[in-house]
Amino acid sequence: MADEMADRTLTPTHPLADRRRLLAAVADETAGAVRLELEAPVAAVDLRLDPRGTGPAAIAADLGAELPSEPDTWTAHPTGTALRLGPDEWLLTSTAARPEDWEFHLDEVAVAHGGMAVDVSAQRTSLRVRGAARELLSFGCALDLRPAAFPRGRCAQTLLGQSGVLLAAGLDGDVDDLQILVRPSFAAYVADLLVDAAAELVPQPA
Amino acid sequence: MQLITCPWCGPREEIEFSYGGQAGVAYPEHPASLTDEQWAHFVFFRDNPKGPFAERWSHNAGCRRWFTAVRDTRTYRFLSSPTSNPELTS
Amino acid sequence: MSRVDGYGRIDRSRTVTVTVDGTAYTGHPGDTVASVLLAHGARPQNSSVKYGRPRGIGAAWTEDPVGLVQVEEPFPEPMLLAATVEATDGLVVRGVAGQGRLAEVPDTARYDRKHTHCDVLVVGAGPAGLVAARAAARAGRSVVLVDDRSAAGGTLTGTETIDGRPSLEFVADTVAELAALGVVHLQRTTAFGHYDDGFVLALERRGESARTRQRVHRIRAGRVVVAAGAIERPIAFEDNDRPGVVLAASARDLLHRHGVLAGREVVVFTSDDAAYAAAADLADAGASVRVLDARERAPQAGRRRCEERGVPVETGTLVHGTRGEDRVTAAVVGPDRREVPCDLLLVSGGWNPAAHLASHVGGSLVYDPVIGAFRPAELPPGVTVVGAANGTFALADVLREAGGPEAPVAPAQEWPEPTLVLWRTPGDPARQFVDIARDATVADVERAVGAGMSHPEHVKRYTTIGTAHDQGKTSGIIALGIIAELTGRPIQEVGTTTARPPYTPVAFAALAGRERGDLFDPVRTTALHAWHVAAGAEFEDVGQWQRARHYPRAGEDMTAAVLRECAAVRTSVGIMDASTLGKIDVRGPDAPVLLDRLYTNLMSSLKVGRVRYGVMCGNDGMVFDDGTVLRLAEDRYLVTTTTGNAAAVLDRMEEWLQTEWPDLRVRLTSVTEQWSIAAVAGPRSRDVIGAVFPGVDVSAEAFGFTTWQDTSLDGVPVRLARISFSGELAFEVTVSSPYAPALWERLVEAGAPYGITPYGTETMHVLRAEKGYPIIGQDTDGTVSPHDLGMAWAVSTKKDDFVGKRSYARAENRNPLRKQLVSLLPTDGATKLPEGSQIVAHCDDGRLPPAPVPMLGHVTSSYHSAALARPFALALVKGGRERLGEVVHVPVGDELVAARIGESVLVDPEGARRDG
Repeated sequence: MADEMADRTLTPTHPLADRRRLLAAVADETAGAVRLELEAPVAAVDLRLDPRGTGPAAIAADLGAELPSEPDTWTAHPTGTALRLGPDEWLLTSTAARPEDWEFHLDEVAVAHGGMAVDVSAQRTSLRVRGAARELLSFGCALDLRPAAFPRGRCAQTLLGQSGVLLAAGLDGDVDDLQILVRPSFAAYVADLLVDAAAELVPQPA
Repeated sequence: MQLITCPWCGPREEIEFSYGGQAGVAYPEHPASLTDEQWAHFVFFRDNPKGPFAERWSHNAGCRRWFTAVRDTRTYRFLSSPTSNPELTS
Repeated sequence: MSRVDGYGRIDRSRTVTVTVDGTAYTGHPGDTVASVLLAHGARPQNSSVKYGRPRGIGAAWTEDPVGLVQVEEPFPEPMLLAATVEATDGLVVRGVAGQGRLAEVPDTARYDRKHTHCDVLVVGAGPAGLVAARAAARAGRSVVLVDDRSAAGGTLTGTETIDGRPSLEFVADTVAELAALGVVHLQRTTAFGHYDDGFVLALERRGESARTRQRVHRIRAGRVVVAAGAIERPIAFEDNDRPGVVLAASARDLLHRHGVLAGREVVVFTSDDAAYAAAADLADAGASVRVLDARERAPQAGRRRCEERGVPVETGTLVHGTRGEDRVTAAVVGPDRREVPCDLLLVSGGWNPAAHLASHVGGSLVYDPVIGAFRPAELPPGVTVVGAANGTFALADVLREAGGPEAPVAPAQEWPEPTLVLWRTPGDPARQFVDIARDATVADVERAVGAGMSHPEHVKRYTTIGTAHDQGKTSGIIALGIIAELTGRPIQEVGTTTARPPYTPVAFAALAGRERGDLFDPVRTTALHAWHVAAGAEFEDVGQWQRARHYPRAGEDMTAAVLRECAAVRTSVGIMDASTLGKIDVRGPDAPVLLDRLYTNLMSSLKVGRVRYGVMCGNDGMVFDDGTVLRLAEDRYLVTTTTGNAAAVLDRMEEWLQTEWPDLRVRLTSVTEQWSIAAVAGPRSRDVIGAVFPGVDVSAEAFGFTTWQDTSLDGVPVRLARISFSGELAFEVTVSSPYAPALWERLVEAGAPYGITPYGTETMHVLRAEKGYPIIGQDTDGTVSPHDLGMAWAVSTKKDDFVGKRSYARAENRNPLRKQLVSLLPTDGATKLPEGSQIVAHCDDGRLPPAPVPMLGHVTSSYHSAALARPFALALVKGGRERLGEVVHVPVGDELVAARIGESVLVDPEGARRDG
C-alpha cells in the first residue's frame, strides 16, 4: 500500500474552487462591466527587516529590484511583486519559486541582516477584479479608491465588508484592476459579497 | 465614523483600530518588589481625564502597528499627530 | 377632483392606481400618496395615538406630523408619511390608527450601501444647494449633491425669476451643467446623519423597479455644505390638529408640484410674508381665499397681490380655533369667536432653518428674534450652512450667499414686513396641540413646567414632544417658545434639544444593507470544509468559524454520534480537523525571551524538535489562553492558540512586543491559515501515520510524545507532531493548506482498515474533559488562575518574572476557598447536569437550603462518556480539591441532583494510553 502511494501526487485545492463558476458568471451577468478572476497561487513570504539597516538593499540586490520605500505601495521584481505592509514589513511574492524555497532563500539573505522571512503562501488567496473594480469595491470598502487617491502602485490593508483584505492597484499594469488578497477562510465570504454587489452593476433596461 | 490617522497608513475609519488605553504606563521594572497595592494600581488603575489624554491605539485592520495619540475625551478630537514607535519607523 | 389644469410636474398622460384604506384612487406619475388623496378630497383613515382624534395630511413633506400610512403592497413597511411615499401603480396603503405594525413577512427586497468620497458634499438641491454645487464644481472640486425630493429645485415653484429666466429653467440648466461637470447628483436621497470628519449617511430611495430598493450612501467629504432649506412653523390654537389644517407652503407645494388644490374655501392664517404667495397662488388656481394676518400691518407687495385677486386681507387677526367633525369646516377667529367657513386652514408662523445636519456634528445654534427661530452659529471645521438652512430666506439673498463669485441674481423682495413671532393664540391650552403626532398639548407643557422641569430635554421626555417619526420638525420650536413663556425666560436661555441622526426615519434593512442572510457575518471555513459537508457533518460556530461538531449517521442524534466517535478514538482511531487553531510564527534571536515572559512556563528550555503545552495569563494572573509551543529552531517557535482567541493572542503578543519590549529582536507572523492540521488520534493512529509516511519511524522510541518531525509526502512538506488532546496516542499532521484535502483523503484511506472515524468538536470536548483538560472560555471565565485549574505544574518557579506572576502572590490568589476545577459524577449515574448549573451545599433533607442559597460553584462542562459509560461533568467548586469525595447538589429543574466531587482526570489518570 505504501508503495502505491509513493507514485501519486498530492494535488492542491484552490480555496475558492467551489466559487469558481459563480465568479466567472459575473462577467456575463454584468455585460462585461466587471470581471472577477481567481488568481493562481504564488509563493509568498512575510519579510521583516529594519528599514534603516542593510537588509532592504541586500534583498533588493538579490531580487534585482528595489523594495517599495513608500508606505502602502508595491513594486515589481522579475518574478513577482513586493508589497510594503508596514514600516518593517513586506510581502514578497514569486510566481517562479516553490513556497518552501522562497522562504528558505529570502530568509537566508534576511537573517544575515537581522531580518527574517516566513512562508505565508497559503495565508492569503487572491482575486482579481477587472473593469469597474473601483466601483464594485465601493460597495464594501471605505477607502477612497478613486484612481487619483489609489493609483496603480498603491496597496492597502483594510476592510472589505467585514473581512480584512490586502488591496493592490494595477498589479499587472492595468490601472482599472484591483487585486484582493484575502485569508482563505474569509475568501468565500468576500467572493459572495462581491458577486452580490456586482448585481448593482448589471445594466438595467431603461 | 471618525477618521484616525495611522502614522503609517494615514487616515482610516475608526473601526480599523483597536484601543489600548492610557499610554505611558510602563510595566514595572521589578514587580516582585511592589506591594500588593502598588501592583494592583498598575494592573487595574488608569487615568480618566476630561480633556487631553495620551492613548495607545493599534491599527488592527491595517499595518498592525501600535502608536500613541493625544485625544480630547470631551470632543473625541485627536490633538496631535500620532507618533509610532521610533524603532519601527524608517 | 381637486386637480387643477396647467399646474404640477406630474405626467398626466399616464395614470397610476393607488389603494388607500380599501378604496382605489387614480393619480399620475409624480404624485405622492398624499397628493393623490388630496386630489380626491380624501384623507387616510388615521387616528391619533392617545386621544384617537382624526388625523389628515398636515404638510407636503417630511415635516408632516400626522399623515402616516402603513404600506402593505408591494412591500410591507409601517408608518411612512403619505407625503413622502411616491404613488406607484398597485401601491396599497392603509391609514394608521395610533401606531403602525411591523411586517409579518420577510422583506425580500435588496438593500445595500456604497462608499463615496468627494471634496464637497452639498445637501439639498434647492436654489442654495444648486448654486453652491455649481460654484464648487466650476472651481474643479469633486462634488456630490444629494436632495430628498424627486427632482431638484427645492421650494422653487416656477413663478420666481433667476438671472432673468423662469426659475425652473434655471434649475434645469444648472442640473445639466452639474452633470457635465461630473457632479454625482442623487435625488430621492436624504442625508440623514452627519458624523465626524465629513462623514454623511444618505438614504437613496431607488424605488420598486430598481434592483435595490434603498441604498445607504456613506459619503466622506472634505467639506459639507448644508443647504437643506427651512421648515415652516405652525401656530398653536384650539383644535389645530383637525384634518384640513395644513402648512401654507405645503398647500402651495402641492399645487405647483402635483397640480392639487388642497381646498376650495381657504383661510390663510399667517404671521409671516411667505404665506401671501400661497394665498395668491391658490386664488389663481381657483380657490376662494381669505388672509388673516396676525400682524398689525400686512406686507405691501402681498396685500397688493391679494387685492389684485380679490383676496380679502384682515390684519391684527388671530385664529383661535377650528370647527368641524373629521375635517375643518370653519376657522374660529378673534376674541369674539367669529366663525369663518373654510375647508382648508393654512397656517404659517414663519420659518425654522433646517440646520439639523450641522447640529449632528456639534454645530451650535443661536436664537434669532427676527425670524423667531434658531439658526446655525459656531460650526465645526469643514461645515458650512447656506440659504434658508442658515436663516437666509429671500431668494436673492440665498443665491448671493450660496453661489460664490458667479452667483446668479434674483429680484429683491419688495418691502418685507417683519415676522411676528407667535407660538400660540389665546385659548384652552388642553386643546392647543404642540406636537400633533404625540397628542401633546400646551397643557402638557404646562404640567411639565409645573412639575419643575425647565430644560427642553426634560420637558421633551416628560411630554414626548419631538419624539415621533417627525422628531419635532414643526413642534420643537413651539415647545421651546411655550416653555420660555411659561418660565418667563427669554427663549435663548431656554435652549434647545439636541438634533441627532437620523433626520428622517430609516429602515433597519437599509442600515443593514447586504449584511443579511449569509452575508450577515462572515462564515469562516477551513480547507477541509467541503469534505466535512460531504461526510454529513453537523457544524457549530466557534467565533466566525464553522467547525464540524459531529458526523451523525442515519438515525443518530448528537449524543449517539458523539458516543460512537468517542469510542472509536478510545478503541481504534479517529481524525479531526484542527486547522482553526491559531498559529503564530515567533521568530528572532530573542524569541525564547519573549515566550518566557508571555507564558507561565519556561519556553527557553524547550529543545528544538520538542513540543510543550503552555499557559498564557494576563497581568491579573488569570488564564487568558493555552496551546502548544513547538520549537522549530533556536530562534523560531510555532505557537498555537485556541480557535476563538487566535486574533486576541496575536494582538496581545504584538502589544507587549511593540509597546513594552521593542528592544526584543523577535517578529510575529500569523500563519493560522498557512497550515492545516489533521489530528489523528487513537491507539491505531500509529498504524495510519506509519502507512501514509512509510519513511518515518513512528515507534514510541523513535517518535516520542511531545516531539515533532518534518517529513514530506509526494514532495510536499509535512510536519508530524505527537500531541494529544484526548489522552490517546495521537499525531497532529500539518501541511500547507491547499494540500490539506488531498492529505486528509490519504489519511482516511490509510485508516480505512481500522475504521478510522471522523470526529468533531463535540467529541473532542468529551475526550478532553474525560482527561480533565480545560477549554479556555468554557471551563474558565477570566477569573480562573492556572492554579485553580490544577495546573501549578505549568507555572514556572524558575523565572524571575512573567506576565501574571506578581499577581499569584496577592492574598486573594492564595485564598483556599477559590474555585477549583474538579470533576462531578452524578450519584445516580444517569443525569447529565446542564452546563452552567449552580452547585449548592449538601443538604440532608434533599431540599434547597433557605434563600439566599449558598453557592459553591458551577458546572462548566458536562457530557455523556462512552469510556465511563455514564454522564460526568467538570465544575469550578470553592475549595474543590479539598472536598474530593464529598457529595454536593445541583438543582436541575425542580430536582436536586446529588453529585460526587472527584479529581478532574477521570480516564486513564496514570497516562498510560498516550504512547499507544
